Amino acid sequence: MEKAMNEQEKTHILQRLMDNPWALLVLGVVIPLLSYTLWGWIELLRVPPAPLP
Amino acid sequence: MKSEAENEMSDVASDVRECTLGADTTESSNRWSLRTLASGWRKCDSTGLPVCLDAQFFIRINAVFAVIFLLIGGIAAILLALTRWETVNLLPSDWFYRMLTLHGLNMLIFWILFFEIAVLYFACTTLLNAKLFSRKVAWVSFGMMAVGAGMVNTVIFQGQADVLLTSYLPLLAHPAFYLGIILVAVGTLVGVFNFFATLYMARRYRTYIGSVPLVTFGATAAAIIAVVALLHGAIVMIPTFMYSMGWVGQPDPMWYRMIWWGLGHQSQQVNVAAMVAIWYMVATLTTGAKPLNETVCRGAFVLYILFINIASAHHLLVDPGVGATWKIWNTSYAMYLAVLASMIHGFTVPASVEVAMRRNGHIKGIFGWLTAAPWRNPAFSAIVLSVVIFGFIGGITGVTLGTQQINIIAHNTLRIPGHFHATVVGGTTLAFMGLTYYVVPLLFRKDYILKRLARIQPWLFAGGITLMSVGKSFAGSMGVARRTSDIEPAAEAYGAAVHVFLGMLGVGGVLAFLGLLLFVLLTVGTLLIGKSNAGRPMECWGKPVDLGRHDTPSSGGEEEHKTPGTVILVGIFLIAFAVYYFANWTALADVWPVR
Repeated sequence: MEKAMNEQEKTHILQRLMDNPWALLVLGVVIPLLSYTLWGWIELLRVPPAPLP
Repeated sequence: MKSEAENEMSDVASDVRECTLGADTTESSNRWSLRTLASGWRKCDSTGLPVCLDAQFFIRINAVFAVIFLLIGGIAAILLALTRWETVNLLPSDWFYRMLTLHGLNMLIFWILFFEIAVLYFACTTLLNAKLFSRKVAWVSFGMMAVGAGMVNTVIFQGQADVLLTSYLPLLAHPAFYLGIILVAVGTLVGVFNFFATLYMARRYRTYIGSVPLVTFGATAAAIIAVVALLHGAIVMIPTFMYSMGWVGQPDPMWYRMIWWGLGHQSQQVNVAAMVAIWYMVATLTTGAKPLNETVCRGAFVLYILFINIASAHHLLVDPGVGATWKIWNTSYAMYLAVLASMIHGFTVPASVEVAMRRNGHIKGIFGWLTAAPWRNPAFSAIVLSVVIFGFIGGITGVTLGTQQINIIAHNTLRIPGHFHATVVGGTTLAFMGLTYYVVPLLFRKDYILKRLARIQPWLFAGGITLMSVGKSFAGSMGVARRTSDIEPAAEAYGAAVHVFLGMLGVGGVLAFLGLLLFVLLTVGTLLIGKSNAGRPMECWGKPVDLGRHDTPSSGGEEEHKTPGTVILVGIFLIAFAVYYFANWTALADVWPVR
């Protein structure tokens, strides 16, 4: 048990990230949803309606 | 005594174990490890890897359907090329848009997604020594995708969906068109779920030790990007389908464009991740190459996962609804991190081949390793051409056109399809074709017929696509619009020289179609009449000669990783990149000259 914990401590955090597909999945979904989709959606919502001629 | 083919394939088997493909598998008995199961798997006669029979079945049917859609899309492609070749101008405008819709969906969605599901099933089973999570889930995935694709193609042929791949609102197609796309998207998502579930079970039951192999890691990146793409597909297609049924009002067209490109562009990034994974896999199978630095290669895939999706914004660079900060952040600062990842892969793949060739004694001069490479192997020539076309044409033009300021002189011109035909066709499709030269012998257990023709196929296809992409790019630089069947009404505005470039487009299209047709005929012919290789290694396509100089890491040290040839090639690439980028800024400056 202690040996396993020591091994885990020795592994670099980036290596642990790369070995964790679920963390990558969450980050891979959240970053574009925030940066592209949500931000872009808010920008579109802030466009005022065009006045009718 | 072993035959020559057996000796060469046993080399492949050791390459596979030592390099990119082979996970460190445990022999401990558990209920998910293929090697310890009594049935449901076989040992590959060529590579020694365990093959899950369920996965093999679904890889086969997904691959067969992929090739069918490739052929449909290819037939539409030749009709389109012969229309944009102004001298021929084959199709009337209504059939032009019909074929353009058919071409886009079959080539960019169906061919690619079916093939990618096959790649995912391979990467999560054979490479991890694990059985497929669920045969039922795989059937559901395949059934939804096949029915959806059939619905879409039927509606297009009926002339009720001439809305192109993008189907921008307020253009409206028959509801079956949107429903078909939703079925394909959800079916793909179900297949991706099967992939992730298999990864989970493999890890839980420890069918392998340590990290997953690099190819599986690349496939995981592709699957994550697919989840993002398909989420956007659901967000945009469900309300559009409801609108087409008359249940709700029309969604906002600007909103539609933004969310649709979250599907449309990101589905092409799935291709990029899968293509790079295939580059590494074929480099191993053909030369015994192994990644120079696994951590760097995996780090580059992580950059794809985190940043490649937001590049969708470059499709909206001339849209008025989103601001400059959003555009520049998403298409420049953040996207460049994904570009960096592509450049890392563009270096490490050829560099790993150079190291492998030099290790085998090909140390003469700077490019001796390259001339001695296994050029008789169509899989090898396909991935080399894929790397070159993707990088030199697709990559350089993509980064340049994705720059907000430069995009203003290129948006909606033929330069855009000139760019993405180099990435998606010259890059991805060619890489998929290359892999097929191993998929058929290893998983369908048939040796290719007419090997001489197979050896020229990648060159014919690559030559045609290159000519077509360059012709499109130059015609687009002269202002020729994309998505129009005839430039005659505005021909004088473009000048006579534009016909030369549209002629290049047409001739290139014909050559590429011949290359595609040859690929389909060879592959289908092999499945029908090819010689079975069950019980023996596949016939070797040709491996580099081993000159007997084996430097080991301990004896070679720093010498082991010297790659002067690749460094020079990369230098040429960077110079070409700088020149093209500078030329475009100059062209932009010419639009508003300071007098």
